[in-house]
Amino acid sequence: MTTPGTDGGTRAAEHVPPPPADGVTERRLHPVTPLRRAWAPVAVLVGWAVHDPDQAQRQLTRLTTTHLLIGLAVLIPAAGLYGFLTWWFTHYAVTDTELRIRTGLLFRRTAHIRLERIQAIDVTQPLLARVAGVAKLKLDVIGTGKKDELAFLGADEARALRAELLARAAGFAPETAHEVGEAPARQLLRVPPGVLAVSLLLTGATWGTLLAAVVVPTLLWLATHNLWTVLATALPLVGAAGASSAGRFVGEYDWTVAESQDGLRIDHGLLDRAHETVPPGRVQTVRIVEPLLWRRRRWVRVELDVAGSSNSVLLPVAPREIAEAVVARVLPGVSVPAAPDLSRPPRRAARCRPLWWRGYGLAVTDAVFAARYGLLRRTLALVPHAKVQSVRLAQGPWQRALRLADVRVDTGANKTVTARLRDADEAAGLLDGQAERSRTGRRDAPPDRWMA
Amino acid sequence: METGSPDDAGTAGATDAVVRAREEPVWTGLPPGLLRMRRLLLVVWLGLLALAAGLLPGLFLGPLWATLALPPLAVLGWGWAMLERNWRSWRYAERADDLLISRGVLWREETVVPYGRMQLVEVTSGPVERHFGLASVQLHTAAAATDATIPGLDPAEAERLRDRLTELGEARSAGL
Repeated sequence: MTTPGTDGGTRAAEHVPPPPADGVTERRLHPVTPLRRAWAPVAVLVGWAVHDPDQAQRQLTRLTTTHLLIGLAVLIPAAGLYGFLTWWFTHYAVTDTELRIRTGLLFRRTAHIRLERIQAIDVTQPLLARVAGVAKLKLDVIGTGKKDELAFLGADEARALRAELLARAAGFAPETAHEVGEAPARQLLRVPPGVLAVSLLLTGATWGTLLAAVVVPTLLWLATHNLWTVLATALPLVGAAGASSAGRFVGEYDWTVAESQDGLRIDHGLLDRAHETVPPGRVQTVRIVEPLLWRRRRWVRVELDVAGSSNSVLLPVAPREIAEAVVARVLPGVSVPAAPDLSRPPRRAARCRPLWWRGYGLAVTDAVFAARYGLLRRTLALVPHAKVQSVRLAQGPWQRALRLADVRVDTGANKTVTARLRDADEAAGLLDGQAERSRTGRRDAPPDRWMA
Repeated sequence: METGSPDDAGTAGATDAVVRAREEPVWTGLPPGLLRMRRLLLVVWLGLLALAAGLLPGLFLGPLWATLALPPLAVLGWGWAMLERNWRSWRYAERADDLLISRGVLWREETVVPYGRMQLVEVTSGPVERHFGLASVQLHTAAAATDATIPGLDPAEAERLRDRLTELGEARSAGL
């Protein structure tokens, strides 16, 4: 094991041809893993009870103690055995170019993940896993489901494995990849808890869900006086309200963004800790969101899209200038166009989308296609030209009458950025120009193996 | 130069074609087979509907009720004209570096896919399409939103297009 974070300075891009990948050592997950599977039967029972509370209550009253004991005596060993067997039959191995995961008890599944295709690596530690000193390693690859995770590994092992995978993905020589260790990280930003709390208080969604959680069950109670109906609606609403306020605070607590040679590091979480790594050149789109109530404080939220990844937040809240500096690090060579630089749709767009047309804006620079939308919650979406997969021009009948058209830019993260209601001639020019720019933009882009 | 549709490329000079491709792409329309197929399907389905709507009430409720067959027939006539308009609107152009697909009459849409972004080119042909000697070419990029399909091509042309696109895609491959 290497000591993370200390010896990363010795990284040098040596290039030695890889030796044949024989003698690959397979490893097993941490022995605590079977306990994770033991949850499954309990979860099924709870799910059934929540899904159909009346039935569940009736069944519960019919159960006697002996029934319960027999049930437990069958369930617990069965769950334990299942957990043990899945653990026993799960192996992983790191080769020069691939991570191989072999798993499955009845249905065998072998996944070979090509390391240069990795879009992001996350090490997450749910609360219980933190107590047990283990962590989950999740790999984001395009086109696969969420199955490709290694849960659980020892916390140190997970970090060492992440460092090794990243070093190999970066193109370090196979012999040294083991010893490279984690690249040193330079902290870009840390969100203070106070700012995060205030930002959540200033978010409409927080209050909206809280209000709904109070008002809707009350009204239902007045209307029906049926406890079950009220509970069935109140519980999801309260859950949503909790998730959008306290849940977000807990999840985004201590948000730290750091930069290293291996790309962007995002660490966050109060109870569940998550450590995300996005290698260089993987970011497909960046969105700068500016809710109405944050505007006076000049705060913004920054979201990003990586292909095949569920991570989407880059900064939960940050002052605009700092956020723009971070975006410039994430998308090298990109400067966020200032509000006055965005060109608005022509005035006649007001007849197509009254009021909202004022929110629309577009700027095309050497490096990015930037489109703004939203009236209250302003969002500026940036797509580097190198990440554009296809360009579309769409025009409805009403838009055609007004000589307007939308230009849509599709990216690999399955997100489409739309420049709405542009002048038809301008849109045609954009369509042509954007195809050209996205073609040439790719030439200067760094290689997939960023250290090679 | 690899510009223009096969029948036009010979007439224009090589450099001329490049200049022209930047300004004005050489569009290719769809063969009439697709229109024939769609019209036949329209006539079959709406004809059956009109027959059912006219005959059954006409027999059981009285002859006046047979006029219920008129709305399906009106839709048929309207659809007959619409299908042609829609068919005419479909066209594609192979440029030096990207493929253009344009379609739609009221809701117009024009798609540009750089060859380097193509992940997969598919030629599909259902039973009805096969009967009419038609095939569709579908392009996939890493973005699922890229909806680049050219329907109703001759199978030979579809295969030529597929091979050419694959070849160009390999030559200009750019990944994500």
